[in-house]
Amino acid sequence: MFSLLQIELFKISRRPRTYIAFAAITAIVLIFQFAFKADGESYMNLMLQNVQDSFDLDKSKAINGYFMCYIILNTLLVQVPILVTLIAGDAISGEANMGTLRLMLTKPYSRSQILFVKFLAALLFTVILLIWIAILSLFVSLLLFGADDMLIFRVKGDESQILQISKDDVLWRYFAAFGYAAVALTVIATLGILLSVFAENSIGPIVATVCIVLFFTIVSNINVPIIDKHVKPWLFTSYMVGWKGFFYIGIDNEGQPIKGSIENWPAIRNSLLILIAHVVTFLGIAFYSFQKKDILS
Amino acid sequence: MTPIIEVNQLCKTFDRFNAVNNLSFTVNQGDIFGFLGENGAGKSTTIRMLLTLIQPTSGSIQLFGASLQQNRKSILQRVGAVIEKPDLYKYLSAYENLNLFAKMSGLKLPKDTLMQQLDLVGLAERSHSKVKTFSQGMKQRLGIAVALVHDPQLIILDEPTNGLDPQGIVDIRNLINRLSQERGKTILVSSHLLSEIELIANRLLIIHKGEKIVEGSVKNLLDPAETIVKIETSDNQTAFKLIKNEQQFENAEWNENEIHIKMHKNETAFLIRFLTEKNIDIFSVKHVNSLEDYFLNLTKSDTHV
Repeated sequence: MFSLLQIELFKISRRPRTYIAFAAITAIVLIFQFAFKADGESYMNLMLQNVQDSFDLDKSKAINGYFMCYIILNTLLVQVPILVTLIAGDAISGEANMGTLRLMLTKPYSRSQILFVKFLAALLFTVILLIWIAILSLFVSLLLFGADDMLIFRVKGDESQILQISKDDVLWRYFAAFGYAAVALTVIATLGILLSVFAENSIGPIVATVCIVLFFTIVSNINVPIIDKHVKPWLFTSYMVGWKGFFYIGIDNEGQPIKGSIENWPAIRNSLLILIAHVVTFLGIAFYSFQKKDILS
Repeated sequence: MTPIIEVNQLCKTFDRFNAVNNLSFTVNQGDIFGFLGENGAGKSTTIRMLLTLIQPTSGSIQLFGASLQQNRKSILQRVGAVIEKPDLYKYLSAYENLNLFAKMSGLKLPKDTLMQQLDLVGLAERSHSKVKTFSQGMKQRLGIAVALVHDPQLIILDEPTNGLDPQGIVDIRNLINRLSQERGKTILVSSHLLSEIELIANRLLIIHKGEKIVEGSVKNLLDPAETIVKIETSDNQTAFKLIKNEQQFENAEWNENEIHIKMHKNETAFLIRFLTEKNIDIFSVKHVNSLEDYFLNLTKSDTHV
C-alpha cells in the first residue's frame, strides 16, 4: 500500500498541472506583499475610516507579518479549493481518460486500496499546498513586514469590531487555522474524488466541483435571515471559514482580550465535526460507487 | 490439459441489453486461444469480466482452478493484460511507465531487467522518450511489455493489432508466437482480424451478439478437408428437409434461403447424387473454407452451429 502511495505521489509530481497551484499561490501572495509594502497605509485608512474616531492606532505597526497573513488567507482560502480540485477531480477520471484505470485495476490491489491511496495523495497534496501557503504568507510576510500585535477587523451583527491579539499569542492560532483549513479543503478534495468516480474525463468533475463550491459559497454569503436559518446550516461552505474563529479572541468583562482564549470554541468544534462528517460521507459514497462501477473506459 | 480459464454460463446485462449471454468456454495451459467476434459481439465485455473490471450479472469464472471472485488478488498476480488501446502515462517515459507498473505488481526490478523487457518489444532505444511521442504501434508494444513485466502465466490481449500498420501486425504476431513457444505462456487474444487469429491460434472461440457460436481447435474447425458447402437448388426447402434427415448431413443449417452444410470435401459428390436421385435440381455448390468465410457464414444469421 505504501508503494502504491509512492507511485501516486510520483505521478502527481510529474504532472505539469500540479505546479499550476503552487505557481498561482506564489504569484498571488507576492502581488499582495508587494502591494502592501508599496501602499499598505491606504488600505488601512480605508479599513479604519469608520472606527478611527474611536481607536487610536499606529497604522505603520498594524501592517505586520501576522496581519498580512490574515489578509492573504482571507482571499486565498476562496481560491485554494479550486486548486485542490485540479488534483482531486482528476483522481479517478483522469486515469479513466488516459486508459490507465483499467490497467491499474488489473493489478493485485483492491479497488478500496486504490481509492484510499488516491484520497491520501489528494490529502497530502492539500497539506503540502497549505504548508507552501504558510511559508509564503506567514513566514515570508514576517520577514518582510516584521512581527507585532495583530489587528482583526470584524463585523459582528450590526457593529464593527477591532480585535487586538498580542504578538506572542498569534502563532499558535495560525497553526490551528491551517489545521482547520486542511480539514475544510479535504472536504473539497473528497467531493472532487467522489465526482471523479462517476466520470471518464477530468474536466467534468473538476468543473462540477468548482461550480458546487462557488454556488454554495455565494449562497453562504447571502445574509438574509431565512437563508441563515434554513439553508446555510446544510452547506459545507458555511463551515469552511470557521478557521477565522481561532482569531476571535475572548474578551473579559472589562473588554480586555484574554490571552490564549478563543471566543467560541464550541462553534469551531461543531464546524470541524460537520466538515469531518462531510469527508466521511463523500468518501463512503465514493468507495461504494467505485466498488460497484463497471470499468468501461 | 490443465484448464487455465474456465468460464461457465457467463452473462452480463447492461440495463436491458444482453452484452454476454450464457457464455461458456475453456482455455487450456499453453493455448494461444483466439477469441473472435465482430465489433460489439461481447469480446471486450467478456475480457473485462475475466479481469474483474466488469462484474458479471451471473455465471462463474475460474482462473488457475480457483474462483476469480474469491481469489482476485492472487489470480491477478499471475495475469498480464493489454485491454484495447494501452494508453499509458503519456507524460512519463517508456522506462518510467514499465517501472511504475512493475512496482504496482509488487516488484522492484533492476534496470537491466526492465531494459530487457523493453528490448523484447523493440523499444530499448526509445526507453527514455516520453510516451506522448510514441506511435500507436509503439504504445501497443509498450502495453505488451507492461503486461509481461511481472512474468504472468496467462496473457490476455484484447485486439492487440488494432491501429497497427502491416509491419506492426507482423511484429505482434511474432511476439505472441515467441511468448508461447519460448516461454510457454497461455495467451488469450481477441480480434476481429480473423486471418490473424488463423495464423497464431491453436484453439478458438467465436461469439456473436454475446453468445457462443463455436469453440474448438483451429485445426479441426479449419481442416482443409473440411468445408462449408453452400448449396442452391430448385427447391431449397424440400432439399433442406431431405438433407437434414440424412445422418451424415444432420448439421445442415438453413441460412437466409441457403443451405449450409459442414462436411468433408469428398462427401460433395455423394450429396449431389443424393439430391439428384430425389429429383432436386442443383443450381450451385460453393465451398467455403477460410476462417473469414467460416466466421462470416456463422455470424450473418442468428442460428448457431
